[in-house]
Amino acid sequence: MSISFNLNGKPAATDAAPARRLAHVLRDDLGFTGTKIGCDAGDCGACTVLLDGEQVCSCLVPVAQVSGREVTTVEGLAAADGRLSELQQAFHEYGAAQCGICTPGMLMAAADLFKHNETPTDGQILDAMGGVLCRCTGYSKILDAVKHVVQPNGVRFVNPDAGGAMGARTLKTDGIRKVDGTELFGADVAPADALWARAVRSPHHSATFTLGSFDDLHARWPGLVRVLTAADVPGNNGYGIYPDVKDQPAFADGQIRFKGETVVALVGDYDTVYGIRDEDVPIHYTSRAPIFGFDGLAADAHRIHDTYPGNILAHGYVKKGDAAGAMKNADVVVEDSFATGFVEHGYIEPEAGWARRVGDRLEITVSTQAPYMDRDEVAQLIGIPNESVRIIPTACGGGFGGKLDLGVHPVIAVAAWVLDRPVRCTWTRIESMAASTKRHPSRITARYGCTKDGDLVAYEMDGDFNTGAYVSWGLTVKDRVPVHASGPYFVPHVEAKSRAVFANETPAGAFRGFGIPQAAIAHDTLMDMMAEEIGMDILEFRLRNAIRKGQETATGQRLDYSAGLDQCLEALRAPWQQARAAAEKFNAETDGVTRRGVGLGCMWYGCGNTSLSNPSTMHVGLAADGAVTLYSGAQDIGQGTNTTMMQVAADGLGIRMDRMDLVWGDTDKTADAGKSSASRQAYVSGRAAMEAGQDLRAQIMRLANVGDGATIDFGELGAGVLKVTDGDAVREIDLSELPADKLHGNVLVGEATFDPPATPLDEMGQGNPYGTYGFGAQVAEVEVDVELGTVKVLHIWAAHDVGAAINPTQVEGQVHGGVAQGLGLALMEEYLPGRTENLHDYLIPTFGDVPPIDVFLIEDPEPTGPYGAKGIGEPALIPTPPAIFGAIYHATGVRMKQAPATPDRVRAAILAAGGDDS
Amino acid sequence: MSSYLRPTELGEALQALAAGGHTIVAGGTDFYPARVGRAIDEDVLDVTAIAGLRGIEDRGDHFHIGATATWTDLIRADLPDWFRALKQAAREVGGVQIQNAGTVVGNICNASPAADGMPGLVALDAAVVLGSVSGEREVPITDFVQGNRKTARRPDEMVLGLRIPVCGGDARSAFLKLGARKYLVISIVMVSAVLEKAADGTVGRLRIAVGSCSEVARRLPALEAALAGKPADASLAGLVGAEHLSPLSPIGDVRGSAGYRTDAALTLVRRTIAALTE
Repeated sequence: MSISFNLNGKPAATDAAPARRLAHVLRDDLGFTGTKIGCDAGDCGACTVLLDGEQVCSCLVPVAQVSGREVTTVEGLAAADGRLSELQQAFHEYGAAQCGICTPGMLMAAADLFKHNETPTDGQILDAMGGVLCRCTGYSKILDAVKHVVQPNGVRFVNPDAGGAMGARTLKTDGIRKVDGTELFGADVAPADALWARAVRSPHHSATFTLGSFDDLHARWPGLVRVLTAADVPGNNGYGIYPDVKDQPAFADGQIRFKGETVVALVGDYDTVYGIRDEDVPIHYTSRAPIFGFDGLAADAHRIHDTYPGNILAHGYVKKGDAAGAMKNADVVVEDSFATGFVEHGYIEPEAGWARRVGDRLEITVSTQAPYMDRDEVAQLIGIPNESVRIIPTACGGGFGGKLDLGVHPVIAVAAWVLDRPVRCTWTRIESMAASTKRHPSRITARYGCTKDGDLVAYEMDGDFNTGAYVSWGLTVKDRVPVHASGPYFVPHVEAKSRAVFANETPAGAFRGFGIPQAAIAHDTLMDMMAEEIGMDILEFRLRNAIRKGQETATGQRLDYSAGLDQCLEALRAPWQQARAAAEKFNAETDGVTRRGVGLGCMWYGCGNTSLSNPSTMHVGLAADGAVTLYSGAQDIGQGTNTTMMQVAADGLGIRMDRMDLVWGDTDKTADAGKSSASRQAYVSGRAAMEAGQDLRAQIMRLANVGDGATIDFGELGAGVLKVTDGDAVREIDLSELPADKLHGNVLVGEATFDPPATPLDEMGQGNPYGTYGFGAQVAEVEVDVELGTVKVLHIWAAHDVGAAINPTQVEGQVHGGVAQGLGLALMEEYLPGRTENLHDYLIPTFGDVPPIDVFLIEDPEPTGPYGAKGIGEPALIPTPPAIFGAIYHATGVRMKQAPATPDRVRAAILAAGGDDS
Repeated sequence: MSSYLRPTELGEALQALAAGGHTIVAGGTDFYPARVGRAIDEDVLDVTAIAGLRGIEDRGDHFHIGATATWTDLIRADLPDWFRALKQAAREVGGVQIQNAGTVVGNICNASPAADGMPGLVALDAAVVLGSVSGEREVPITDFVQGNRKTARRPDEMVLGLRIPVCGGDARSAFLKLGARKYLVISIVMVSAVLEKAADGTVGRLRIAVGSCSEVARRLPALEAALAGKPADASLAGLVGAEHLSPLSPIGDVRGSAGYRTDAALTLVRRTIAALTE
């Protein structure tokens, strides 16, 4: 029975089963992939469409119900000639789309709003759009864009001339795709004939298992092509992000170490692999008592991995001076313990991709943060050379560290290789939450000492980090934390110890900050406590101790450049003082049930991998027709790398940015630019992109036999003639006369590699682990309902030293998004394996939870970065939780020492302190 | 293979139910989330095309909310002021997407302890109208929802609507929902109350219901009795004591501990009553 309806003003029909979700019919049957799926449960709003002009989640609509009705998707917003609607244009100009996965949902919710109300208030905008979650933007620029439609607010972007791209608010190079529904993500690209793969995952946290025969399953389900098991892995059945640690099996091999681990994979047609129930697959489990949290440290705990006695993965250590001895000389010593839980990345795009075998090569098209690492990981799983694997990244619908580790890759790689057929896989939200990595839960005990005059004396820290069932990024976290433990301050004596500990829980991996957000809650809460003890203003105390150029870090690294914490704090002094005073006035004048407070957090963060080589290589090609192309392997995960790399490369070359093309991501077409992690792309890949442009420029100068001061006119695309002007001399270069024998058929190619200067740490943790550090400080103003324990963040002022802002719009977007995630960590986010595997039990901030954010960009240039730039991705999140905790203390007198500070925890702390006797 | 029935006539739907084995679907906002990553392999009865089931009507001594009336229908309906609490609850269901698709009746049939519609309907003494081939029956809402995901609906029945007895002309209602974020949030505690004053301005009839603090939203009869006849002014909220919450039996879960729920319920009950006497 065919179902007919109107789709974007045109007749449409489908023979889909009537109970099929509208979202699936639109995407998979009708090819309208502009509508995205984030949860299939109405929790995220990414799939929002208009049904008879009213917004609905198309994942919750049985397609039968659209019969005879009008459906409008993001593809229906632009004019017939492709001209963007006013709303889409505003999103584009304001940088309201970062990764773009929520953008179609946001646009449709806003379109619904404007159908009902042409002049909405801010509150009405929030109410109308509150059903769509965004994990990148902190909603700030989305709100600005929608408000711009209500009340135009001037031009927000520039289209820079040659040499003017650095520092300019350019539009995103991929911005139009993000707002017109044409951007393609991991689940949008598989060919129609691809088989589907679905992992069958362990329902047990800890177990052993055996497999029965699959014959009955095949007999019952003719659409089942294959059940893949550990025995089918052609190469090494193990993966992991370190070259020498491949401990996580692609398919569990008799042992279950966490709930959600892949046991087998069903490969077949869609209806079959999703029709088979897990309980019908012959897997015979013998469960055993799982180890949670830090229970694995107990003497009688079983070993999760035979190779790690005591369930300890590794220790980290930094020792500078004699902290224990020096602490005795401190006038004031404060000590406390802090705890944080698992935090889920919550990108709105679940893991997805597809694979095909091409002769003796394997091609994987997938959403990822790390194309080259994926390539090498997959190669060793299949047992083929690295060069035999090609990774074609799709647009990445949010990563935040969670798409560094392999996701769908092992299953689709093995399936496509073994079956020699295209195979696709899209994780459900539940799978994504159960199987992807998380932020490491932590328990930290620390002591800080200072003199009565306010000079820091010594810091001691002991931190345990739950790395879950597998290594993932546990070694990185245990190294990064001691390096950064004492905070962005000059401390003469530091001793910091860390341990990464296994548990039968979701592997903890990389998440925006690699353990530093956890450590920052400890050091900055102790900073507040010391300031109070000695009676010094919290900001002035930090300013006094802010590490400055010429001083040495805890690892003995002397900072010679770009250490702008003091400038950040000075920028925040006025709002800090005003907000503190206003909060105290409010509290004095009101009934005491609602109390306001203002807190401050500071951070630093080393950009790039810790003490390891992490080079990026970039190419800029010039073709015979005059086309200029940047070949960038720096994966854009929403942070804007596709745009910022173009900006610095264009300026390096001296060409207009909009006269240059971009080829990105594909490992067959771009060189290794490392991972989009560790806040390294702007700094490391940016430097390489700038120098690649400069290298091409230098080659042209040599060809023209002119000096450095010459200018190049690249002419019209297609003309193939360069005009080089040096003083009075004008030289023309006919590119068609040059052999097109360079990389990708270009006539000239600029190339550059940058590896940030770093040295190994010795056994005392001394050395220069990073080429540069980001610094920042944030002020948070909160309102606490002391009777309910609810905390509402009213305002954030964020000052960040980014060296130099390549694109202020993008940098602000990173700060907004970081603040939103920091707010979530501080107040609401805690992943509990097996209990919060969806986006209604696991809460991330909604449109109504993120306050106005004032961003102060501090530019203390980093000479090794491109035009002075360094990273901002992770720094933005780190100071938010301690700032919020400090604000709660200022409001209530209660110190929160466990994240998240949920209403029940805040209320319990207030009751325990006797602060409310109701 | 599953079947999908979407009748336009009520009789056809009731016949199908009499034959057995159908899962009833309206807005889909609870049906689909329970089937993520799973093929739909049961027989579905989609009731959204049935004529005459969507209305919200004034029927003299009561108001009728039809089985397929959505939260948005409720918000947009022209209703007396004492529906304010129920409308407020509707505005706090999910996001607008959910309000546009989800139905009030579906919320009751899903029988979640955290059902947003329940406290308001319980406070209004709503009755559930059920239909089957053998006729109609009416069940008080507190008898209809029997526990977590458990209702008095027989497999051969469907809910035709809700019957809400009219309140006095000056009746006021209020609703408060406590959650850990602004939108798209499952409540930790909810309170809904309806106040009808006596001629002398004291509390005539006060009905208070608390949700998310027991398997089914509960009235607080001891509190209602204690406040009856008291001045309906700012002093009223101060008379609420912890002892009045004894009908509640909250559990601890990912959203909050049992103790916190009890504590927060006391605050929310006080505030709801304060809102009614402002």
